[in-house]
Amino acid sequence: MENSQIVSVEDGMVFYLITVLKIAIVFGVIMLTVAYTTLAERRVSAFIQDRLGPNRVGPMGLLQPIADGLKNLLKEETLPATASKIYFLLGPMLAMIPALVTFAVIPFAAPLPTSWGAVPMIIADVPIGVLYILALSSLGVYGVVIAGWASNNKYAFLGALRASAQMISYEVGLGLSLIAVLMLAGNVTLTEIVWKQQQIGLWFAFPLSLGFILFLICAFAETNRLPFDMPEAESELITGFHTEYSAMKFSMFFIAEYAHMLTASALMATLFFGGWDLPGSWDDMFLYDGAYISGFSGDGTPILATLSLWKTLATFLAFATKTGFFLLLYIWIRWTLPRFRYDQVMELGWKIILPIALGYAMIVAGTMLTLYQIGIDYGFVFGLVLTLVSGLCTLGFVFLVDRGGTIGGAASGRKTRS
Amino acid sequence: MAIKTTVLSRPEMKETSYLRAALKGMKITLRHMLNPKSVTQQYPEVETRLSPRWRGTHRMEVHADGRPKCVACGLCPTVCPANCIRLVGGEDDQGNRYPVVYEIDEFRCIFCGMCQEVCPVEAIHVGQDFENAEYTRDRFVYDLDRLMNQDHPTSLLWDPTDPKSE
Repeated sequence: MENSQIVSVEDGMVFYLITVLKIAIVFGVIMLTVAYTTLAERRVSAFIQDRLGPNRVGPMGLLQPIADGLKNLLKEETLPATASKIYFLLGPMLAMIPALVTFAVIPFAAPLPTSWGAVPMIIADVPIGVLYILALSSLGVYGVVIAGWASNNKYAFLGALRASAQMISYEVGLGLSLIAVLMLAGNVTLTEIVWKQQQIGLWFAFPLSLGFILFLICAFAETNRLPFDMPEAESELITGFHTEYSAMKFSMFFIAEYAHMLTASALMATLFFGGWDLPGSWDDMFLYDGAYISGFSGDGTPILATLSLWKTLATFLAFATKTGFFLLLYIWIRWTLPRFRYDQVMELGWKIILPIALGYAMIVAGTMLTLYQIGIDYGFVFGLVLTLVSGLCTLGFVFLVDRGGTIGGAASGRKTRS
Repeated sequence: MAIKTTVLSRPEMKETSYLRAALKGMKITLRHMLNPKSVTQQYPEVETRLSPRWRGTHRMEVHADGRPKCVACGLCPTVCPANCIRLVGGEDDQGNRYPVVYEIDEFRCIFCGMCQEVCPVEAIHVGQDFENAEYTRDRFVYDLDRLMNQDHPTSLLWDPTDPKSE
């Protein structure tokens, strides 16, 4: 009985039932979080601008998202006369689905012990985790492009055009900045990336600091948030690709944007800040040979982990805090920085992020190879050396960006004239 | 005349760096986010404070026995630049003049307050009031009864703390 709580649930019927239950709960939590992120965005932006924000519906405006949702459901659906009907309807669906399904492979807490065995707190622990996310998140652009094209509106079309160019450009930087993480973890499964961070005793944001910064920039560009919101660009393109959309179809684009934000935040928390890991080795556990272990003893025999409801709750809270911090960062940056010019976005993506991400992957690979050659195994010392190397790389990056003309101020671009 | 040239030095790095400017901006927004100095007035719940000089819809002062203080001298319709006051005076058996008809069209009124300034018996006043919504236009012509029944405070036309309106 004691042992059955450590062994993962693989019994047919129970497994399916639990999975369906998990999907329902996670879907509900995502939609709720998305709804309240929209409220948080409006409230935080109001505070930043010394306003109050929506505070009328419910206590402190907490029922505002529900009122917004109801309004959007009851509004009249419009269809532009010259729009292509099928694709016009398909656009918001294609934007929303990839944004929601990417969350399936992100572990959000330590396994929960039940009487049927331990339930992993992840919908699908697929072995191709990161690749799955990359593949699906790049599908998100199809919704935007199809919506912009089908609207038959020049602003929507320009927005879609910009979206496709931007997404493709930053997909490259995103993938390349991830290579360092995948090399260090030696795997693409997100549960194992969390386990590797527990093993090394450092969250990957420290040994791979530059990778994290590049990933952060690319994630902002991928989610079309300011300062990279070229596809929407209110002051230039009305609202870009969803100019012609209203009511629930517009709402679906809105949900897609915030779900993308949520997924990107959760991904940053998982890849670089230990996911559901709390500092210390109290909650370290990993599925090894069908049972959860907390590590290996000296002679290589696995030590079984102890699962408890409190661990699950505490680790879920840790995960929620980290994700929430990144959501706040998204909002905070949006209401601080102005939009880049289109050529600046492209230059940053291709001329700065791409070569630096490539070079950084080489540096990390070289450092890791050297460390293995001189006999330092994967562990805390290994992490410290990488932290030092990455710190130097980050300083170099900051030095470069600080004086570059690409994202310099208005005056620094004219440095050819004396 | 010789052309005078001025050599301007290029802005320094700390002024042109995007990174430093961005971080500075983040600092400012964070300060406001954590400590918002909201100037919004929560109007329906919290009463709005009006200036003592505020000139709103009129009110007619009344004697203790309920008669209007107005003596129908005709100065206010004369001085009114918007011509919004209609006054028909009358006289009772003791020879006291009183207004038979006294109407102010609040749509025509420009709220200059000259009627209050010119009134010799301090009968007509502009008031400290702005909640004037009505369903029909004709409700905006205030008659004598309405003017006498207004209960909002009257305007001082000047600010005692700032007599020269500086």
